[in-house]
Amino acid sequence: MLELVLKGSQRYWAWVIFLMALIGVGFIAYLYQLKVGLGITGMSRDVSWGLYIGQFTFLVGVAASAVTVVLPYYLHNYKKYGRIAVIGEFLAIASVLMCMLFIFVDLGQPMRVLNVLLHPTPNSIMFYDMIVLSGYLILNLLCGWVILTAEKKGAPPPKWIKPFLYIAICWAPSIHIVTAFLYQGLPGRDYWMTAIMAAKFLSSAFASGPALLVILCMIVRRFTNFDPGKEAIQTLAKTSAYFLLVTIGFYLFEVFTAFYSGIPSHQYSIIYLFKGLEGYTKLVPVMSICILLAAIGVIILVTPPLRKWEVTLAIGAAATFLCLWLEKGISLVVGGFIPNPFDKVFEYWPTIPETLITIGVWSVGFFVLTLLYKIAATVKEKAIFDKYGEKQVKT
Amino acid sequence: MRIDRRQFLKILGIGAFIGVGGWSMFEVVSKREIEAFVERYKKVPEALQAKRWAMVIDLKKLDEKIMNDCIEICHRIHNVPALLNPKEEIKWIWKEKFKYVFPEMKDEYMPEEIKNKYVLVLCNHCENPPCVRVCPTKATFKRKDGIVMMDMHRCIGCRFCMAGCPYGARSFNWRDPRQYVKEENKEFPLRMKGVVEKCTFCYERIDRGLPPACVEVSKGAIVFGDITDPNSEVRKILASNFAIRRKPKLGTKPSIYYLL
Repeated sequence: MLELVLKGSQRYWAWVIFLMALIGVGFIAYLYQLKVGLGITGMSRDVSWGLYIGQFTFLVGVAASAVTVVLPYYLHNYKKYGRIAVIGEFLAIASVLMCMLFIFVDLGQPMRVLNVLLHPTPNSIMFYDMIVLSGYLILNLLCGWVILTAEKKGAPPPKWIKPFLYIAICWAPSIHIVTAFLYQGLPGRDYWMTAIMAAKFLSSAFASGPALLVILCMIVRRFTNFDPGKEAIQTLAKTSAYFLLVTIGFYLFEVFTAFYSGIPSHQYSIIYLFKGLEGYTKLVPVMSICILLAAIGVIILVTPPLRKWEVTLAIGAAATFLCLWLEKGISLVVGGFIPNPFDKVFEYWPTIPETLITIGVWSVGFFVLTLLYKIAATVKEKAIFDKYGEKQVKT
Repeated sequence: MRIDRRQFLKILGIGAFIGVGGWSMFEVVSKREIEAFVERYKKVPEALQAKRWAMVIDLKKLDEKIMNDCIEICHRIHNVPALLNPKEEIKWIWKEKFKYVFPEMKDEYMPEEIKNKYVLVLCNHCENPPCVRVCPTKATFKRKDGIVMMDMHRCIGCRFCMAGCPYGARSFNWRDPRQYVKEENKEFPLRMKGVVEKCTFCYERIDRGLPPACVEVSKGAIVFGDITDPNSEVRKILASNFAIRRKPKLGTKPSIYYLL
C-alpha cells in the first residue's frame, strides 16, 4: 500500500513540498539549537519547560483521543464510525510521533537519550511515559495497517487483530494519565499538584481530538472522493461538545478550590494567567483569547442548528481545538512555573528559533498524517461500500 | 573430511555453548573483580564518614562578607561559570532575601531587617528528594551519607528534576559554560551545555577528609556534621536552639537548617 503515496494530484504534491520546506526550516533551526544549546529558547532557570513540553502534553491528548472513535466502533459496533476508525488511528500515529520529537528537541543532551533505556528507572514517571507512548505507537500502527489492508483486499479484518484492538482501547487513556502524573506528583508546583489533573487531561483530550477529527474529515471529504459521512462528523462534534463542557467544569472546580480555600499559593498561577501577577501580564492576552474561543466553541457545538450547519461547525471545532491548545500547549506548563519557588515572577515567551523548531515538528506530524491519509483515502475510494454496505464514496 | 548435517549441528551447538558460557564467565568474573577493586579503594582512610550529612546556617553570624566568601570559593573551586543573564545563571550557593527563601512566613509586621535580610541558599540535600524520584536515568541520586549527587555525564538534560525541586536549587547549562569559567580548577570537572548541575556538598572534599568549602570560610556561621550522631555539633545546636527548614510541609526533609 505504501506505493500509494507516490501517486497524487498536483495539489497533493504542492502540499507535501510545502510541509517539507517547513520541516527543512525547523531542522536548520534545530541544528542551531544543537550547536548553541537550549539558551536560544525563551526558557530559563525559572521557567525550565516551555513550548516544546507544552506541545508534547497537548499532543499526547490528541493521540489518546483516537479512542473516541475506536471505542464506539469496536466495542459498541457503532457503524457510522466504520469508515473513520482508521482516520482516528492514523491521527494517533502522527501525534505520538510528534510527542516523541517534542521530547527529543527539548533534551539538553539528545545524544544521550538512550540512557533512559540503559539505566531504566521505575521510580521516574518518565520511564512509564516512554513505555506507554512507544506501546501506543506500535498498537496503532499495527491495528490501522492490518485493518486497512483487509479493506483493500475486500475481506473482513483477520480475527487475531481483535485482542490488539481491545488492548489499544485500554491503552489510550493510559498514555494521558501517565503524562498527567508527570505533573501532578511534583511537590511545590501548586498549579499542577491536583488530583483532577489526569481527569482534566483526558476530558480536554476527548474535546480537542474529535474537534480536530471533524476538521480533518471535512478536509478529506473535500479533497478526495472518500466521504467519512455526515453522521460520523456530527457524532464527533457531539463528543467534542460534551467533553469541552466537562473540561471547562473541571477548570472551574480548580478555581473554586483555590479561591474558596483562600490559600494564596494555589491562587498565584491562576491570577498570573488571567490577570497578571506583580505587573507581569504576558500570558493574559493568551488566556483572554482562550476564554473567547471556549465561548465560541461551547455556543456552536452545544446549539443543535449551529452544530448541524457545517460552516459554523467548522468554526466551532477550530475554536475548540485552538482554545484547548492555548490552555494545554502553553498556559498549563508555563503557568505552573510562575511564580517560581521563591515566589518571584520570571516570565516566559518563546523565541523565533524555538517557534520555528515547533512548527517544524508539527510539520513532520502533518507530513506523516498526509501520507497516511493519502493511503487510507485511496484505499477507501476504491472500496465503494464499507463492510456494512454503506456508501464510502461521494457521488 | 566430510561432515554431515547432524555432526555440523552438534559442533555448532557445542561451539555456541562454550562461546556463550565462556563469555558470560568472563563477564561475571570481570564484574566481580571490578566490584572488589572498588570496595578495596572506596574507603579512603581519611574520608569523613556519616550516615546523613547536615548543615546548620546561623543567620545571626552571617554577614555580607562571609556570604560573598562562601559563594566565591564554592563557585571558584567547582568551575561554576559566571553567566550574568539571570535567565541562564548557574548557582550552587547564593544569596536571597529572607522573605523569598521562606515565602510562607511572610508577614507584614515582620521587622524589615529580617524580611530583607539576605540568606544563603543551596541544595537542601533532602532526605526524601523529589529530584531523585523523578530523574529518568538515575543521573541524580542519593549517596549513602545522604548527599544528593549529580552525575553530569549521565544527565540527558530533560530538566524533570528542575520541575521537581521545590527549592529552585538546580541550574541548567543553557549554553556551553566553559567560556564563562574565569580560571579553571583542573581538579574538578568542567561541564558541557545541556546538563543540570547543583551543589554536591563538596563530596570531593569530604572524601578527602575536608568539610565543605563554604563551611571552612564561614567563620563558624555554618556548622556541618552527621545529623544521625547525637554527639555531633549539629545535633547539639539543634537540641538547644529553634531552627527552621525551607518548606517543611512538603515532606522533603531538607538537611539544611537555619537559626534565626
